[in-house]
Amino acid sequence: MSVQNLNTFDPFADEGDPLGTAQDVGSQQNYIHIRIQQRNGRKTLTTLQGLPKEYDAKKLLKAFKKEFACNGTLVDDEEAGKVIQLQGDQRLKISNFLVEEGITKASIKVHGF
Amino acid sequence: MASEEPLFDPSLKKRKKKTVAFHEDPLGADADPTTPAPATIDDTTTNGVTVDMGTKTLHEQMKESGLDGVAEPAEEKKEDDDFKAMFGDIKKKKKKKDIPLDLGEEGSGTSTPTATAPAAGEDLDFSDLKKKKKTSKKKAAIDMEAFEKELNESKAKEAEEEEAPDGKHLEELDETELGEDPFARGEGAVSVEAGGEPWLGSDRDYTYLELLHRFYTQLHAANPALLTSTGKRYTIAPPSVMREGNKKSIFANVSDICKRMHRPPEHVIQYMFAEMGTTGSVDGSGRLVIKGRFQQKQIEHVLRRYIVEYVTCKTCKSPDTLLTKENRIFFMSCESCGSRRSVNPIKTGFQAQVGKRSKNKATK
Repeated sequence: MSVQNLNTFDPFADEGDPLGTAQDVGSQQNYIHIRIQQRNGRKTLTTLQGLPKEYDAKKLLKAFKKEFACNGTLVDDEEAGKVIQLQGDQRLKISNFLVEEGITKASIKVHGF
Repeated sequence: MASEEPLFDPSLKKRKKKTVAFHEDPLGADADPTTPAPATIDDTTTNGVTVDMGTKTLHEQMKESGLDGVAEPAEEKKEDDDFKAMFGDIKKKKKKKDIPLDLGEEGSGTSTPTATAPAAGEDLDFSDLKKKKKTSKKKAAIDMEAFEKELNESKAKEAEEEEAPDGKHLEELDETELGEDPFARGEGAVSVEAGGEPWLGSDRDYTYLELLHRFYTQLHAANPALLTSTGKRYTIAPPSVMREGNKKSIFANVSDICKRMHRPPEHVIQYMFAEMGTTGSVDGSGRLVIKGRFQQKQIEHVLRRYIVEYVTCKTCKSPDTLLTKENRIFFMSCESCGSRRSVNPIKTGFQAQVGKRSKNKATK
């Protein structure tokens, strides 16, 4: 006799988030954010936030630095996790680079002016 | 600034309403009806004049198929562009380079509708600009790159607009549009009514296309407003940005723009700061002081994105929406189509360390 209630499968169990592995619903889930910040003068800083785990941030940074001929660093942030910082406005270059590497364009968000 | 103080400006409101009312159809249903219309109309006129009843259907079908081969790709492209552009433009800016191309294609297939012909010929004639604007409005073929290119050009124009008392000038523009556009279309419609439907008398089976033409001609005859509706756009005064000192920018007409978008200034400002990665404050006379150097172009770009994200309805592209907050989540409900959706909360994200660390410590 099979009583449905005695099944090991629990229909009400949390089956992961339907929206993907989103920690907080509705907002910043797996988007890659590329931001820009103004520094002094006409200098700027580009930050890359929300890189998927399967990418090695360190190697990516190295590639960025070589490709864009700029300096950069890897910052560990409490909320944002690993953030790549690059000198200068590299937003478009980054997004092109990432798209060429096979990241879907829809998951990249370029912010800034 | 003093002029902006009255909270409720009737003329503004009125115009807004107008644009909205018209806007709902062009992008939803109208994209189809308006664009194919000229081709079909022309078709029928030529048919009505030259070909007699017996051979008509076959001939028309042939012609139709030939026409479609030529005209449709162009139209599809247009629509694509349209969707790409979505709503991005605040002002009436047109992508000039595309238009002549499109027209050229169409022109080869059909006889071009009156006003467009000269525009197609001369590529960069500025005297023609007004006409071109009108024609292109039907097409709405715009994308972001084109914006950038045309920014300079449009700036000059906007300056004009600003100088003239704002509302009046715009209204004038609208009037001219209303005046001229239907005229161009009206010719076509009349000719169709006159000679386009000889099949009305016969009792053979009507083809779908014929009935479609008939439907559209009657529709447009009944409410001519539909034709001009494509010309309506959501307009917002360009942001006036100036520099205060060396490191601050002043965005003077925030409140005005917010009022026009029907959004709380706090929300807009919050978005701008998050997007631009900076901070600032509102000064005594309602101007926004932004830390950092920003040009008008940049602010405009940010505002444009704000509008796409938080003002236009994603379903019907209408800017007539309401933003409400429920349980810490913002919902945007559309006034014209009734759709309701949550919008992304504004998040600043990671802010890199800029400036002296010692200074930062002192504030903490």
